[in-house]
Amino acid sequence: MNAEPILALLDVTPAGVLAPSAAEVLGAAATIGEPVAVVPVPPGADADALTTAAAAAGAAQVIRVSIPEGSVVTPLVDALAAAEELVVPAAVLVAHSLDGREAAARFAVRTHRALLIDTVGVGVDEEGIIAHHSVFGSNYLVDAAATAGAPVITLRQGAVDQRAVAVDSPPVHTLSIEPSARRSARADAFVLAEISSSRPDLRRAKKVVSGGRGLASKEKFALVEELADALGAAVGASRAAVDSGYIPYAHQVGQTGVTVTPELYVAVGISGAIQHRAGMQASKRIVAINKDADAPIFAIADFGVVGDLFTIVPQAIETLKQR
Amino acid sequence: MHIVVLIKEVPDTYGDRRISLETGLVDREGSERVADEIGERAVEAALTLQAASEGSTVTVICMGPASAETAVRKALAMGADSAVLISDDGLVGADLTLTAEVLAAAVRRESPDLVLTGNVSTDGGGGVLGAMLAEHLEVPHLTNLSEIEIAGDVVSGTRMTESGTVRLAAELPAVASITDALPDPRFPAFKGIMAAKKKPLTRLGAEELGADTEGARAPRSIVISAAARPPRAAGITITDDGEGGRRLAEYLIAEKLV
Ligand SMILES: Cc1cc2nc3c(=O)[nH]c(=O)nc-3n(C[C@H](O)[C@H](O)[C@H](O)COP(=O)(O)OP(=O)(O)OC[C@H]3O[C@@H](n4cnc5c(N)ncnc54)[C@H](O)[C@@H]3O)c2cc1C
Ligand SMILES: Nc1ncnc2c1ncn2[C@@H]1O[C@H](COP(=O)(O)O)[C@@H](O)[C@H]1O
Repeated sequence: MNAEPILALLDVTPAGVLAPSAAEVLGAAATIGEPVAVVPVPPGADADALTTAAAAAGAAQVIRVSIPEGSVVTPLVDALAAAEELVVPAAVLVAHSLDGREAAARFAVRTHRALLIDTVGVGVDEEGIIAHHSVFGSNYLVDAAATAGAPVITLRQGAVDQRAVAVDSPPVHTLSIEPSARRSARADAFVLAEISSSRPDLRRAKKVVSGGRGLASKEKFALVEELADALGAAVGASRAAVDSGYIPYAHQVGQTGVTVTPELYVAVGISGAIQHRAGMQASKRIVAINKDADAPIFAIADFGVVGDLFTIVPQAIETLKQR
Repeated sequence: MHIVVLIKEVPDTYGDRRISLETGLVDREGSERVADEIGERAVEAALTLQAASEGSTVTVICMGPASAETAVRKALAMGADSAVLISDDGLVGADLTLTAEVLAAAVRRESPDLVLTGNVSTDGGGGVLGAMLAEHLEVPHLTNLSEIEIAGDVVSGTRMTESGTVRLAAELPAVASITDALPDPRFPAFKGIMAAKKKPLTRLGAEELGADTEGARAPRSIVISAAARPPRAAGITITDDGEGGRRLAEYLIAEKLV
């Protein structure tokens, strides 16, 4: 059987390497067809290294497109449009990252395709390709499909576990795209956020330790980081902790932040407001520390400790270290 | 300067939000309905931009059920000059494709210099509408902005991305979306609430906007199944007796979570 081509737009980081979402998008594509990677090559990036990385992550073909300096999103749309003329895809998969989802959005409008967004996986039934959504704080699982044509589907980052098999020297096409006549926003130099590279990435971590307003100050929030390090976990936060400046927004878990589903989620000094739960209640195991026995977080915790986090957390860290 | 702000009515996130297992659509009857917070912030941002540029006007556009008039009136009470409410049975359960098409048609009637949206809605959660609209209108988009300014005919701002921040700029007309890093919406004053009653509110249907409600021009996304996840049961909760931290660590060790 000849698998149908699936276009997979890969995210490339500002540093010029494949983003972690790339393996997820290729992994999902491989479950429904043959992944054809569209690799945007930003100025100064090593196109061959990107190609090799895409092949290692399972690209059966690689379509490289150079991206002009100072541009945002629009060239990615032009790249997808050029790529779909080369291969006639059964679906177009894109990461639900900021750039990815906006490229998907503009591309779907431009080419009159159905758009299925923020999905947690894809599959095939008798009638074709379907997309799985996890909505309203993971309380519902909803499957959707396009009424006709190849759909454009975005994949929630960190949600896809499948990985495609590495491909040995796949065919490579290098496309030079005619920039579309549309006006585009201009981008200035990128300012990389200070992200601790020694800790796992929040969206993909097996363990997450999050802190809330109960930490009381930016200095004391370090306690959450210490517990995270003792567990090898990523650091998350409630919106109250982010709003109070304890930690940058990128760490916010919840409805207006990141959705996580790790093996272990530890909530420290977090009340468990419904908007926070929306981003973490599908975690496999939930542990909570809060001095208020009535805090809603306890209603979904597998293991809860009622008490002062400033004595409980140091003792827990101590015990873990002694082991 | 003419600014259009898009606002949306959503099920209250503080309440129990439901999906109808028959249709897979949001069960609007089953949830309290409110103006989406991010849309109100966008109104606030528009009013701030308006104050900085004399002779500017702000128009709010909302597509939603008739009840969304409450959200629209609130935006007028905050200070928007006029509003458009698009309500139509043919738009119930509209997917992104149809929503973007209808909103683009409504925006075109206004010929604005700037369209402002929220970055992500709390129910759709897509964060794609601004970009879709920009493609329909063939204008640049600057989205996920934590700051926004207009100088002359250039709109600029700071885009927050997963890995950092980047300054963006574009000539008007353009579509911009803002994040919740921008200031909280103001509370409508009594005077504003009274004045809102006299402000123009245009009601439009799908047909007047030439909407393709049947999906004849472009394919749609449809729900094929919906299931509720079983609710989570609470486990053990202990009260710290001086050994709470140790017991927590022992739990993690016993459950092989470390
Ligand atoms: C549209 C919308 C979107 C939102 N999106 C999000 C989101 O994405 N993520 C999010 O988190 N929130 C979100 N919120 C906010 C949410 O409603 C809550 O306000 C927020 O989650 C509260 O954060 P918190 O639990 O840290 O603070 P609080 O609710 O103030 O809770 C602090 C907790 O710490 C406990 N505590 C204090 N001191 C100690 C101590 N010494 N030891 C032990 N416990 C202690 C207290 O008992 C309390 O339960 C959103 C709200 C809205 C309206
Ligand atoms: N039905 C609607 N009516 C008006 N504006 C909308 C509607 N749906 C989405 N929007 C706008 O698009 C933004 C992003 O929505 P979404 O793409 O659903 O996350 C919202 O914050 C609104 O500004």
